[in-house]
Amino acid sequence: MSFSSFIVQVLNGLAGASSLFLVAAGLSLIFGVTRIVNFAHGSLYMLGIYVAYSLTESVGGGLGFWPAVLLSAIAVGVLGAVVEVLLLRRIYHAPELFQLLATFALVLVIKDAALWIWGPEELLGPRAPGLAGSVSILGRQFPSYDLFLIVVGPVVLGSLWLLLTRTRWGTLVRAATQDREMVGALGVNQAWLFTAVFALGALLAGLGGALQLPREPANLELDLHTIGAAFVVVVVGGMGSIPGAYVAALLIAELKALCIWLGVVEVFGFTISFSKLTLVVEFLVMAVVLVVRPWGLMGRPQAPSRHAGTVEAPLRPVDNLFKAGAALLLLVLTVLPALTTQTPYVTVLMIDLLIAALFATSLHFIMGPAGMHSFGHAAYFGLGAYAAALLVRSLQLPMELTLVVAPLVAAAGALVVGWFSVRLSGVYLAMLTLAFAQIAWAIVYQWDTVTGGSNGLTGVWPSAWLADKAAYYYLTLVLVILSMLWLKRCLYAPFGYAMRAGRDSPLRADAVGIDVKRMQWVAFVIAGLFAGVAGALFAFSKGSISPESLHVGKSVDGLVMVLLGGLQTLTGGAVGAVTFTWLHDTVARNTEYWKAMLGAIILILVLLFPQGIAGFVRQIIYGKRDEIGGRA
Amino acid sequence: MMGRTTLAAAVITTCVAAMPAAGYAQNVIKIGEVNSYKAQPAFLEPYKKGMELALDEINAAGGVNGKKLELITRDDNANPGDAVRVAEELVSREKVDVLTGTFLSHIGLALTDFARQKKFFFLAAEPLTDKIVWDNGNRYTFRLRPSTYMQVAMLVPEAAALKKKRWALVYPNYEYGQSAVATFKKLLKAAQPDVEFVTEQAPPLGKVDAGSVVQALADARPDAIFNVLFGADLLKFVREGNTRGLFQGREVVSLLTGEPEYMDPLKDEAPNGWIVTGYPWYGIQTPEHKAFVTAYQAKFKDYPRLGSVVGYSAIKSLAEGIKKAKSTDTEKLVAAFKGLQVDTPFGKITYRAEDHQSTMGAYVGRTKNEDGKGVMVNYRYLDGAKFLPAAAEVKKLRPAD
Repeated sequence: MSFSSFIVQVLNGLAGASSLFLVAAGLSLIFGVTRIVNFAHGSLYMLGIYVAYSLTESVGGGLGFWPAVLLSAIAVGVLGAVVEVLLLRRIYHAPELFQLLATFALVLVIKDAALWIWGPEELLGPRAPGLAGSVSILGRQFPSYDLFLIVVGPVVLGSLWLLLTRTRWGTLVRAATQDREMVGALGVNQAWLFTAVFALGALLAGLGGALQLPREPANLELDLHTIGAAFVVVVVGGMGSIPGAYVAALLIAELKALCIWLGVVEVFGFTISFSKLTLVVEFLVMAVVLVVRPWGLMGRPQAPSRHAGTVEAPLRPVDNLFKAGAALLLLVLTVLPALTTQTPYVTVLMIDLLIAALFATSLHFIMGPAGMHSFGHAAYFGLGAYAAALLVRSLQLPMELTLVVAPLVAAAGALVVGWFSVRLSGVYLAMLTLAFAQIAWAIVYQWDTVTGGSNGLTGVWPSAWLADKAAYYYLTLVLVILSMLWLKRCLYAPFGYAMRAGRDSPLRADAVGIDVKRMQWVAFVIAGLFAGVAGALFAFSKGSISPESLHVGKSVDGLVMVLLGGLQTLTGGAVGAVTFTWLHDTVARNTEYWKAMLGAIILILVLLFPQGIAGFVRQIIYGKRDEIGGRA
Repeated sequence: MMGRTTLAAAVITTCVAAMPAAGYAQNVIKIGEVNSYKAQPAFLEPYKKGMELALDEINAAGGVNGKKLELITRDDNANPGDAVRVAEELVSREKVDVLTGTFLSHIGLALTDFARQKKFFFLAAEPLTDKIVWDNGNRYTFRLRPSTYMQVAMLVPEAAALKKKRWALVYPNYEYGQSAVATFKKLLKAAQPDVEFVTEQAPPLGKVDAGSVVQALADARPDAIFNVLFGADLLKFVREGNTRGLFQGREVVSLLTGEPEYMDPLKDEAPNGWIVTGYPWYGIQTPEHKAFVTAYQAKFKDYPRLGSVVGYSAIKSLAEGIKKAKSTDTEKLVAAFKGLQVDTPFGKITYRAEDHQSTMGAYVGRTKNEDGKGVMVNYRYLDGAKFLPAAAEVKKLRPAD
């Protein structure tokens, strides 16, 4: 650990920062202007590297590498424009975040398309001509291509800065970032501005991918591996701030290099592996930055978005039609196991559907009525599941008792995270919940002796009287329905009204004496509690539990469910959860390219039902009345 | 509005139509298989082909016990929760007779426990974790592929023979990497007490910062490196290592790197002289392997990967086991699998009665970059039986049935 090795690691960090920055810059630009959380940005990056690979292969390596890089960036940019025109443009007026669902579907489609086109094997590209070797720095061989990358980052940053500050187009983009309605009112064609920004963002992602070709193989994991880091960089830097993104990329890349440089260190007799810390370092940074600076390092408070889709109609007491429907559904659910003795799998699947429905409903509770988007809701699901498993395994608590205690553990987790999170709002709040969830995930993933590490825990089976799937089904049914009724009760209680007031107008709510932050905090804990119930039920239904249950993938699934069902409809979470889980089960069983199929179905649903499925049904049944109510 | 509703109806109808009717067939033996096809396609596509080849051969020869074999595969979405659900589906709806498959260790373990709970026969085909047959082993679970422990144990004598004192370790930061390194340290220390482990790098799986990691390893000035990285991580690591001269004058011992799945994508970066476990399909001259390669290439117009051998041998094992048990009854199958001998492309293997681990081995040799392509040279087959602990020791590792 000499000083010279530290200097070289700093250079490594600089090269890494450039790579990170290229992806993040595009993402930041897109978010700033269109407010789209582009989940498919990592997929565009992945396509960049694949296309660059194919192009360099087709020209047979050599100097063809450089044009191939530029061409693949342009190709991805064009694809971005196409996506914007054909897909996103149709759903700008959907409720906030809904576009995330469309980009999620794109991730699935692009992944399977890449598998189909390029096959499953990793594809290692050629070295860059002219920069294939290394130069000697402080007695160490340093790749010349990395030196090139170190320069590329600031060059792109500078060009973007010039573009944004010295051109008319850049002025419009900056104006739209601040107030897009006003830009529209002044006669600027917003549609084309959005298309151009999306295409530029996609181009940057493609360029970032293509430039990585000499450093890493094209492979099918790149999309999800990239998107997480890119989001972190954007948020840490401040959404919409390009220089912020560079500073954040630099910070994170250097910290990683530092951790690797430190390696395993003995401190006061404790052995700390900084190398292992690289698993989660970016999320630690994000958590710290957001707690200290709620809008990122160089971001500004988000201007209130005046559009935000259709304004949500106030909640009305459920009418008789709804009650009758619910009663009928309950009746069907009650007799279901008896009707399906010939096909016992229905019961198994129903348990999963019910658990998913409760998980999504709890997420809907904070996202919809409480207006706090959480990207890390799986943390409480996972906490509930792990608490259940640990209580049964280590403390030998009776399984029935753990179903009560485990959700409390989840709620305790939500209590801590909520305290930090409710002080933020919008995407920053969402990303802070994600940061905490990923930190929780990393702890579970690493703490071998307690949580079983990456393998998780097995042997978490229910008591003997619940071993039969039908019995467990009834237990699940009862708990899920009670939980849902309780959540609904909360919404119609004074607390629920106060919570919704806080969402719709924090200032007015505050003026009438509502402690908005406290309301939000309580809502956060309640949602965590019921996610914990779902998690505990999940653990016992599977007999085992693994870190996936609190991974970001599970959180994203939850988001997808809620958005698919309809953010602005009370039953949205449950409807979305059932639809998504059932589709997943069916499509995965019957199609080889099931991801693409699932993605395509979601895309169709997105275009058909921009209000979500439940929202759509509601519109058909109550459309007239809502309209009148809205006018009154 | 009408258009929307019609389209919605069409979507729903299509989905409903896509639900298959549960079929019951009397004269088949159903093998239910669960795997992470979409998450690990590089390993699992050849694996699936291997299974199909075995299935064809067995059914062409009249099946087993007068019945044809039928294979039903399911994707587990790389998630243990989903894996347990599809396993339930295979058991309760498809009425499969046996379960097999899995690649990722935690999914293998989830199904191992599922098998124990449901008292259902499960042959874990690919997962490497030692826990499947030891810590979490149970009566109903057997495992085919040589475990992490076995493959590390095969490399340790080679590593000790190098007589290098200072070792650096690099591994993906999850159970497979951790337990491989723990075993390596333990066994090497026993074989060569003066050994010193000078640095450890544990990058996150799939996200290695290769430049920094290579630099950190080089700065520790080791004499030799033990590597457990694989897949995309390995490619990044090797390219950076080559550029930065990490491997010059250093011995490298590397787990699984000789498997075509991991070696072939390296192309002209393939390193020289690494000691690896793997599968040199191009050079194995035994008649059983030649027959396998010929049949495989005839059917798929592609060469086999290690996954192909595992998939092929898994189906052959199940067929042999069912033949020996003369039934698909779980208890009879468990009894039949204890000590079951199966002919595989790697020769005869035995499922050990004491820990349900097969004695399938691996090839150990040195890598060589031959005309811009990595191959294994000076390799030999090491029988897995020689690298497994004795029955008395296993008994301590395994819970009682």
